[in-house]
Amino acid sequence: METFQYTITDEIGIHARPAGELAKLAKEFQSKITLKTETKQADAEKLMAVMALGIHHGQTVTVEIDGADEKEASEAVRKFFEAKL
Amino acid sequence: MEIIKGKSILNKVAIGPILYHRKTESQVKRRTVEDAEAEVKRYEAAVACAEDELRTLHQKACEQVGETGAAVFEVHMMMLEDADYRDSVLNIIRNQKTNAEYAAAVTGDNFYRLFADMDDEYFRARAADVKDITDRLVKILSGDAVESGFLTQPVILMAEDLAPSETVQLEKDMLLGFITEQGSPNSHTAILARSMNIPALVSVAVKESWDGKTAVIDGETGTLYVDPDEETLAAMKKKKQAEEERERLLQELKDKEDVTLDGTKVKLYANIGDVSDVAEVLKSNAAGIGLFRSEFLYLEKKTYPTEEEQFAAYRQVAEMMAGKEVIIRTLDIGADKQADYFKLKKEENPAMGYRAIRICLTRPEIFRTQLRAIYRASAFGKISIMFPMIASLWEVQKAKEIAASVREELTEQGVPFGNVAIGIMIETPAAAIISEDLAKEVDFFSIGTNDLVQYTLAIDRQNEKLDEFYDPKHPAVLRLIRFVAESGHKHGCMVGICGELGAETELTEEFLKMGIDELSVSPSFLLKVRKKIRETDLTK
Repeated sequence: METFQYTITDEIGIHARPAGELAKLAKEFQSKITLKTETKQADAEKLMAVMALGIHHGQTVTVEIDGADEKEASEAVRKFFEAKL
Repeated sequence: MEIIKGKSILNKVAIGPILYHRKTESQVKRRTVEDAEAEVKRYEAAVACAEDELRTLHQKACEQVGETGAAVFEVHMMMLEDADYRDSVLNIIRNQKTNAEYAAAVTGDNFYRLFADMDDEYFRARAADVKDITDRLVKILSGDAVESGFLTQPVILMAEDLAPSETVQLEKDMLLGFITEQGSPNSHTAILARSMNIPALVSVAVKESWDGKTAVIDGETGTLYVDPDEETLAAMKKKKQAEEERERLLQELKDKEDVTLDGTKVKLYANIGDVSDVAEVLKSNAAGIGLFRSEFLYLEKKTYPTEEEQFAAYRQVAEMMAGKEVIIRTLDIGADKQADYFKLKKEENPAMGYRAIRICLTRPEIFRTQLRAIYRASAFGKISIMFPMIASLWEVQKAKEIAASVREELTEQGVPFGNVAIGIMIETPAAAIISEDLAKEVDFFSIGTNDLVQYTLAIDRQNEKLDEFYDPKHPAVLRLIRFVAESGHKHGCMVGICGELGAETELTEEFLKMGIDELSVSPSFLLKVRKKIRETDLTK
């Protein structure tokens, strides 16, 4: 399992559009990608669930990637976070 | 006339008849079905159809309001694909043997509540998006056509709430503004309104009886006037005209350089009185701030503002201006600007009384606090200091001494500060006349024409009876300005004007010919002056 932490720099947080793009990206990989906050978690493929985490600016999320293509998936998701969030 | 307050989305004026848009809520009935799989198929077909509609809307919105405003429909498409939403609908159909409309409505309700209960305003506003996609699905499933194009004349549209898909379907030319009861300044509808550049008020308790009545939205104050009286209507029409003129100039001039026809570059700066004014300055792309009146920090308070409070404000402005010069005028309180806690005695002649630098030099503790805050903020941008109401050489020397000791103190404490230019206001005839001596002491002059006119002509500018005698373009004033420019330049001192006269475009050419390096004007005059500068040829 791959895992990394990321602190959101986007002014609003993980808002609708990047959440949607993230869901799309997550679907490209076999691995299960999970976003975790201190109290909640959501499957990255599920836009509404990710939005319902209400992750705001400055908050740190843990991203877990588990599956056959976890290395590539982790790399791609990390890049996505850095570019969009 | 009724006057109602709301939350304004856009600082503009709209005038026109109100059209009340009644929303026809589709009543969703629960039916028990035999063949659940047939309902599942109906649902899948409805999703495909909704996606088609959204793709069309997205394209239309892209053309009308651009990518940013259109993004909402992309989000809606993504939401339609959401696995949890879909699973919930299918589960309800299969487990409860219900019709697809009902399953979608229940699911939509649940997700709506999930978002509506969130703490963060942005995420709370997403509840409306859930409702919008659910309504769309229900409408498609129940065969209701989505209504569109119901506007035949330009109107201010009023509704309980407007879904993004409704606002984008409206003919843009027909929409003057809108008023809604629901919707936050963060809702997609508000974002769309901003990108369509039309004013909108939300959180207004709308009344059906307003339908058809003339109304005015004043976006600046967040006020709605229904059935405005003639006076209000005339005032608002004037405001709208001025706004259109500004808008036109803005489009034409916002990114243009401040340079004359013969290639002379002019520093066109802005005067501000509060941190919130900076937005307007950035919009018109001024080259700097020529007069930051620091009084607001003192006037809005019950006691002296602390060093930290001042530092935060100065730093914020310096950072927002990102390397462009910000000239902070030290405390100019007294005369018409009073704060009780200063305990200034009532004076016979306050304009000539205990004010500005005179307070600072006799109550140095107040002055030092401000200077420390300014110097500390100078580590975060390009800040200059300007002393007001100078009449004598010793005042400048004394103020500079205090500034020097503040710098020493900061250095000792290891507090960083930048390279800060020091200048003075030339607003007394005395300062104008000894400007050659003063020029040796400072880096720049800024001519404060309001006081300079008042003191030169011995006319109280607050006394309306004297209006016919008050002539800001009096030859005595203009000769003083010319003299100040010449004396300043002899000693390498930059000379600017920050009084109201600086925005008089009839005088722009004359000022530039005198060699004035910088004009600092109220943000609303920036473009007018820029236009004039760009039309001026100094060789003729």
